[in-house]
Amino acid sequence: MARASNRLSRFNVTSLALGLAFLYLPIVILVIYSFNASRLVTVWGGWSLKWYSEFFNDGAMLDAASMSFRVAVTSATLATLLGTLAAVALSRGERFKGRTLFSGMLYAPLVMPEVITGLSLLLLFVAVNAERGFWTVTIAHTTLTMCFVAVVVQSRLGALDRSLEEAAMDLGCDPARAFLSVTLPLILPSIAAGWMLAFTLSLDDLVIASFTTGPGSATLPIRIYSEVRLGVKPEINAICTLIIALIAAVIVVASFASKLSREQGESAAPL
Amino acid sequence: MSEDAANIATVADSPKPEPQPAVATDMPLLRIDTVAKKFGAFRAVDKLSLDVRAGEFFALLGPSGCGKTTLLRMLAGFETPDEGRILLDGKDIAQVLPHERPVNMMFQNYALFPHLNVRDNIAFGLKRAGMPRSDIKTRVAEMVALVKLDGLEKRKPDQLSGGQKQRVALARSLARRPQVLLLDEPLAALDKKLRESTQLELMELQRRLGMTFIIVTHDQEEAMTMASRIGVMDAGRLQQVATPRELYEAPASRWIAEFVGEVNLFDGQVEPHESNRLTVATRDAGTIFTAEPRHPVAKATVCVAIRPEKIKLSRRGPASDAVNAHAINRLEGVVSDVSYLGGFTTYKVKLDSGAMLRSSMANTARLDVDAYSAGQRVTAWFTPDDCVVLEQ
Repeated sequence: MARASNRLSRFNVTSLALGLAFLYLPIVILVIYSFNASRLVTVWGGWSLKWYSEFFNDGAMLDAASMSFRVAVTSATLATLLGTLAAVALSRGERFKGRTLFSGMLYAPLVMPEVITGLSLLLLFVAVNAERGFWTVTIAHTTLTMCFVAVVVQSRLGALDRSLEEAAMDLGCDPARAFLSVTLPLILPSIAAGWMLAFTLSLDDLVIASFTTGPGSATLPIRIYSEVRLGVKPEINAICTLIIALIAAVIVVASFASKLSREQGESAAPL
Repeated sequence: MSEDAANIATVADSPKPEPQPAVATDMPLLRIDTVAKKFGAFRAVDKLSLDVRAGEFFALLGPSGCGKTTLLRMLAGFETPDEGRILLDGKDIAQVLPHERPVNMMFQNYALFPHLNVRDNIAFGLKRAGMPRSDIKTRVAEMVALVKLDGLEKRKPDQLSGGQKQRVALARSLARRPQVLLLDEPLAALDKKLRESTQLELMELQRRLGMTFIIVTHDQEEAMTMASRIGVMDAGRLQQVATPRELYEAPASRWIAEFVGEVNLFDGQVEPHESNRLTVATRDAGTIFTAEPRHPVAKATVCVAIRPEKIKLSRRGPASDAVNAHAINRLEGVVSDVSYLGGFTTYKVKLDSGAMLRSSMANTARLDVDAYSAGQRVTAWFTPDDCVVLEQ
């Protein structure tokens, strides 16, 4: 009985397969077609890597990729810094009036339609007369992704035993030192996971970037989107496949990091 | 109220005129002076005063929520008192931050740093104190040997058993040689057997180091076993401060008598005095002869407390003790319940008045020729000295 219930039933296997197919079939098709030798996207013309070499010779596309990559790294780093600080303030600071409100406000951008975030930032940048380009996109992505970082780090801090910090203080650390020598090492995996989350979010954002970027500094998603409007070239498939590979790698690393973080948390939990 | 308790304690502590070292050195190591702490409207600690002498093993005992942990956390510096002073070696440390106090704490859940191994956990406080590397090495080795953790220095906390974690926590808190070591329910997470052996080890360690230990516990057996003095707390106040023996044999109040161990209580009225005896007329147990209480009884309504093991059962009454027969209390009843617990057996006796009486007798003989069974008629007897008269 017990063994039977542990094994997947035929129904479970079927629904799992259908679910996965629903999620990944389009992506699998895209990846396969990126190796298509034919110029026509919908006609299979044999295996080839020519669209990959096409991409690596496409200056505009490479510029956009480099722009996206630089924006993602910079904004993820800024977001991690700000998000971690916010999480620490909200979960470790003295209870102050309106803390719940601040906590809630931190979550709001997570559910806010991106169009609104993008539009409001555009209005702000226009109002302060900021030249739109790399920095405006970076700032916009930072505001979006720092909330995700804060949520990830805050949940880790919430699970962390407060008496660890007290023990550090008891053994001669001032509060700042206790944070650096005990809390920070323990939340580091979740900070890393937050960074990677912010990185991937920034990398694939189209809406906010298109609101906040200026002429001549298109990010990769913007570039791809504008290309696609003129008709899908097989080269796009190749670029998308590369992006998928990059994001998949980041997600795998991030989930390992958060697993590590959880395991450390369990051993730190009271008996 | 707490001052009263403290007075009782000083009286109770020295029934015989023994010279006490603490009196000679006039100042105790730790003096808690009318300390109060409120959380919102809840008085966690209510104008509490207490002296702890150097080298003492002091236990704070009380039910959960009585304020004992809050008091301990104020000693460690994690809470700041709203009122009062905490004098350590004559200096007021009430407002001093935790890391600047010569006091260390062993946490209930041990709070071992999960990212550091055993050696680094123990060395943590020493590094912060700026101790030279070679000295740290020596001290850590010393501590590891002290708590018998040899060979486990490189393990991380999650690779240790509960008992081993407890030892690491102890070594870590002792490493800085604090003036006072605070222990917050240090044995609560251990199983019974391990807890008992650890109790003895802790006592041995405390004696050897001559350090002052203050332990918080809700387990009265643990407090009785380890502490040289116990402060019983309830509702943020100290109800009594006394040696384990005093606490058990001369409880200061009805609450203490009921909180510490088992007790039979009979409410009654004091009758006119007769020489060195006091007689109390009770509803449930008739007239009880008691010894003169240590404190003059102010009110007529009192409560007589008798511990179960002081009450003997017999089939014919204590005939052999004819000399004091007139002063011996006898109660007739029927055994209603027998619980055999190995070393002793407890009997519940339904008295003729309808009240229940609890008696426990040591099983000194292997064959139960003397045992009573349910339904048997017995005489329960106890001497006046076995009674404690408590005011309501």
